[in-house]
Amino acid sequence: MSSLAATERQGWVGRVLLVLGPVLLALVITSGILVLAGANPQATLLKLLAGSFGTAVKRADVAVVWVSLVICTAGLLVSFTAGQWNIGMEGQIVMGAIVATWVGRQFVDISGVLERGAPLLVIAAMVAGGICGGVVWATAAGALKVLGKVHEIFAGLGLNFVASAASIYLIFGTWKQKSGGTLSGTVLLDEQLWLPTLQGLRASPYSLGLAVVVVAAVYFALRGTLWGLQLKAVGRNLRAARTLGVATHRVLFSAYAVCGACAGLAGAVLVVGVHHRLIPGISSGHGFMGILIALLSGFQALYIAPIALFFAALSIGSIALQLDLKLDSSLAGVVQGVMVLCVLLVQGVRQWRSGGSGT
Amino acid sequence: MSEVVLIATLASILADSAPIIFAALGETLNERAGVVNLSVEGTMMLSAMIGFAAAFVLDGYGPMLFMGTDLAPYITVAAGFAAAMLAGALIALVVAFGSITLRRDQVAVGFIMTLLAIDLSSFAGVNFVRKPGPSVGHLPIPALADIPVVGPILFSQDAVTYLSFLLIIGMAVFFARTQPGLRLRGIGERPQAAFARGTNVVLMRYLYTALGGALIGFGGAAFSLHVKLGWSHRHTAGFGWVALAIVIFGGWDPLKVALGAYFFGALRAAATTLQALLPAVPVQVFPLLPFPLMILTLVIFNSDGLVRALSLLPLGPRRFLFGLLRSNPPAALGTHFRQE
Amino acid sequence: MKIELREIHKRFGAVHANAGINLSVGTGTILGILGENGAGKSTLMKILSGYFHPDSGGILLDGAAVRLRTPADALRHGVGMLHQDPLDFPPMRVLDNFLLGREHQFWQRRSAARADFDALCSEFEFRLDPDGFMFDLTVGERQQLEIARLLWLGARVLILDEPTTGISANQKVKLFATLRKLAAQNKTVIFVSHKLEDVEGLCGRVAVLRRGALVGEAQPPYTTAGLVQMMFGQALAVGVRPAAPLGAPQLELRGAEFAGEHIVLRNVDLTVAAGEVVGLAGLEGSGQQQLLKGVAGLVALGKGSLKIGGRDLSQASYKEFLAAGTAFMAADRLEEGMIAGLTIEEHMVLARRGKQPAIVDWAVARTAAQAGIAEFNIKGAPASVVEGLSGGNQQRALLALLPPALKLLAMEHPTRGLDVESAIYIWSKLLMRRAEGTAILFATADLEELLRYSDRVLVFFAGEIMAVLRAADATVEQLGALIGGKQK
Repeated sequence: MSSLAATERQGWVGRVLLVLGPVLLALVITSGILVLAGANPQATLLKLLAGSFGTAVKRADVAVVWVSLVICTAGLLVSFTAGQWNIGMEGQIVMGAIVATWVGRQFVDISGVLERGAPLLVIAAMVAGGICGGVVWATAAGALKVLGKVHEIFAGLGLNFVASAASIYLIFGTWKQKSGGTLSGTVLLDEQLWLPTLQGLRASPYSLGLAVVVVAAVYFALRGTLWGLQLKAVGRNLRAARTLGVATHRVLFSAYAVCGACAGLAGAVLVVGVHHRLIPGISSGHGFMGILIALLSGFQALYIAPIALFFAALSIGSIALQLDLKLDSSLAGVVQGVMVLCVLLVQGVRQWRSGGSGT
Repeated sequence: MSEVVLIATLASILADSAPIIFAALGETLNERAGVVNLSVEGTMMLSAMIGFAAAFVLDGYGPMLFMGTDLAPYITVAAGFAAAMLAGALIALVVAFGSITLRRDQVAVGFIMTLLAIDLSSFAGVNFVRKPGPSVGHLPIPALADIPVVGPILFSQDAVTYLSFLLIIGMAVFFARTQPGLRLRGIGERPQAAFARGTNVVLMRYLYTALGGALIGFGGAAFSLHVKLGWSHRHTAGFGWVALAIVIFGGWDPLKVALGAYFFGALRAAATTLQALLPAVPVQVFPLLPFPLMILTLVIFNSDGLVRALSLLPLGPRRFLFGLLRSNPPAALGTHFRQE
Repeated sequence: MKIELREIHKRFGAVHANAGINLSVGTGTILGILGENGAGKSTLMKILSGYFHPDSGGILLDGAAVRLRTPADALRHGVGMLHQDPLDFPPMRVLDNFLLGREHQFWQRRSAARADFDALCSEFEFRLDPDGFMFDLTVGERQQLEIARLLWLGARVLILDEPTTGISANQKVKLFATLRKLAAQNKTVIFVSHKLEDVEGLCGRVAVLRRGALVGEAQPPYTTAGLVQMMFGQALAVGVRPAAPLGAPQLELRGAEFAGEHIVLRNVDLTVAAGEVVGLAGLEGSGQQQLLKGVAGLVALGKGSLKIGGRDLSQASYKEFLAAGTAFMAADRLEEGMIAGLTIEEHMVLARRGKQPAIVDWAVARTAAQAGIAEFNIKGAPASVVEGLSGGNQQRALLALLPPALKLLAMEHPTRGLDVESAIYIWSKLLMRRAEGTAILFATADLEELLRYSDRVLVFFAGEIMAVLRAADATVEQLGALIGGKQK
């Protein structure tokens, strides 16, 4: 897993150079793809930028996605440090959203009961529930890996499938709207259970604050705590860590649990702060995107925020492309993928040429 | 269930499983060479799109190019498969370059390629969504197709299904009876020893990764030209992951991998049947069920408990069962080769 | 085939592994190559078998200059190499292994190969089942298979690298008979070893390497003192082990059973006193590892009882073992001992026992690491990553990680792969532990190390403790016979 970790000890200058080269390469490749698709690369990229930062509404939308990505990636940093590919994060987000919605739905029909001040408590309960959902789902993947010796990629994938089947079951079955199950999701939650947002925008200062707190906590935990060191030890050499006296099972489970907590938190925030209901595919690939961001950051918490901002801007900007230039919004994913691939490969080329060893 | 329905179901399981067979056997080649090509999901998706798109475009020019010969439909479809195989081989080569030459983490490179290829398929395939296009034609084998029961199941299929049968047998023979097959196993087990015995490990890893990637690409095209005709957004979603799981389920053995693919086909057929029996459950859930069930099965087969139970047996039966159930991955899977 | 090596030079960075070696070996002879670890034997043999290319110098086979590009290329020229850990494929069947590497054919032609295999086996009296799995074979049997395979592929020169490590006495006798037979068939055998006894018993001529250079040759009758003089440059001064009084029992095992992956160690009764050193002899994988890991709490006790320092720890967790004052040091340092990528100071923090603050005080950790580095004379800094240290320094660092006042220390191969100086240093530190009342259990393949440092020696064979000897009364010959499974 530590393929990018080799750059950990490089300085700022080296890092910037290392990032700029592949970014240029990625731009060239993306432009090539755009030309093949019959689009003007320059116009498209400008449009992307305008579509993500052009107006306050769009900037707020970027912030919404950024919050989700940052929380997910922070969690993934923990599991990656422990050497675990928590590919099950998508399902953990969904489970977080399901549980948060479930908590919220207990108050759908009795909104009169919600008194002044109480809605925030309910929201807190929804978030707490979401975190629990994520933790349970991640711990299940962890148990399969640690106790059942099933590779975590398959454990995670299986649980992703189960979570998405469960959400579909709820949306089209148990929780379907009176008019019948639809792709637009379950019925909207009471407006009092919506996380307060900035005037006229979708972004909430609370969720922004949460994201900052989470990433700061992970940064500190990995750097300064015994637990962080134990995660690193377990991630690099499980057997030796055990011989040295690290409680490896407990550390692995804690890595999954913390990562799941972040996923569940992200899922709950998507419910209370963004969609206000359960929709199909609510995770929007943020768990997978988080893995890309983690890889790109070289597993360094410091770099999560700017990279996530870039990813979020692409995601929002690409929606405008679809409307204005009739280009599919999946272009965002193409650019992101090309970018991470270029960084990974360029790093490899540098090490290969310098004759150094990879991992 | 009447006999006719049963025969039709079995025949359709065999036909519907063909894409997974190609993909899973392609991945088997990759992993036997020691390379985990995690990009199967993305490779299938992109090659399904490219396969269909190539055939579709060529079909448009068909009358002009082939002057309305009888062969035109075959050529367009074959071109689609060729394009898909090329795409699959290219993606696999990126994985190979990143992991073999540049020594990056195979899982990381494969994962990135997965996401990239999926988005690329959506982006580039947007003009082909839900368009009717060419497909592989039904091709019953004369005489054989008339055999009762067996005929309609095995020999009243199309060329892709027959090819899937041939591939299973061919690959089993390749591993068990040929020298290159034995060498390939050696590369995955202990590349240093394979090198000592005259194998060019790096070259062979590239070769088999590309070859396996091409097969996965073929599987993708088999999807859009043979099973679920045409192209739509995320057309093959989930199937690549299942193919990857089936390789483990089948213990890297072509015959058992094929068995796993058919098992998944049976699960899908069962889900359709179950739908009629459980009206209370929303219909949208049923197509999703085989995926978690397949992985669950893998989990049970792959778990430590089974191995532990096996190790309690005396040597004789243990050796026999071990040969049967062996699902130890190639020992050098996912590792980098260094020649010292 | 006649082999001539001319002025072979090979450098790895600053190390001049082969410094102008000239050597010729005649057809039908058995040449011994002697030298201690790091003398350049392996490098020279890897050059002769195509793994390495010399920086300068040439190889002549039957008078013709050749360039051996790869091991397979060397074998095409008739030079086959048998590695200490045979380079074969454990999960495959014996016949697959035999076949793998046969060139210029597409089909395996298994029945023809099986016939050849059977013929070779009966010629050399190897009892190998072509349908068996490799992982059921002993190292000795794997060597036999490898010899048969190389001969089948046309080897006329056979290089054996430390072939007597890890095989039984019977198998050694058979191996030697095979090699003599090969020499009689006009094959050339090169026998690389650091064991005087083996070389003296087998080889018609001996070449001795020291620090990359050929320092001398000898012919029978050999004098052990002369060979030692050549190998080490001087007669080796061995520190005399001071006597230490034995204390209270630190380890008590009653009817203990430890299950490993391939082997179960049953019914062990053993008491080790404070200040006692117990050596574990036997072929690798005969159960020593189970005992060492078992008494350290890393392998669960199946049956019986286990006490450390008088406390019953039969059902205890590894954590309780650590708290009770046990420690385990693995043979494979970077696999099971320390963590590549982490620094010495990070190891210090991880290895500290008992309750620790949740937030690491890195200043304290650095000071502790510096103290350990100074005390154990480690060439490295607190922030050095451990994989950058040499083997000897890694072993010193592992010793520095051990807490004070241990009750029991279990070690696998404490000095394997270390130079003589490091080995003596490691043992001086271990003997200090012993003087403080630590009971030490260690396993080693080096019989002299066993006899020199142990109070008692336990001999393992196939998952059983065959004999318990007082080291002072035992001889190398006696031990060798017992390790090979011969009863007294």
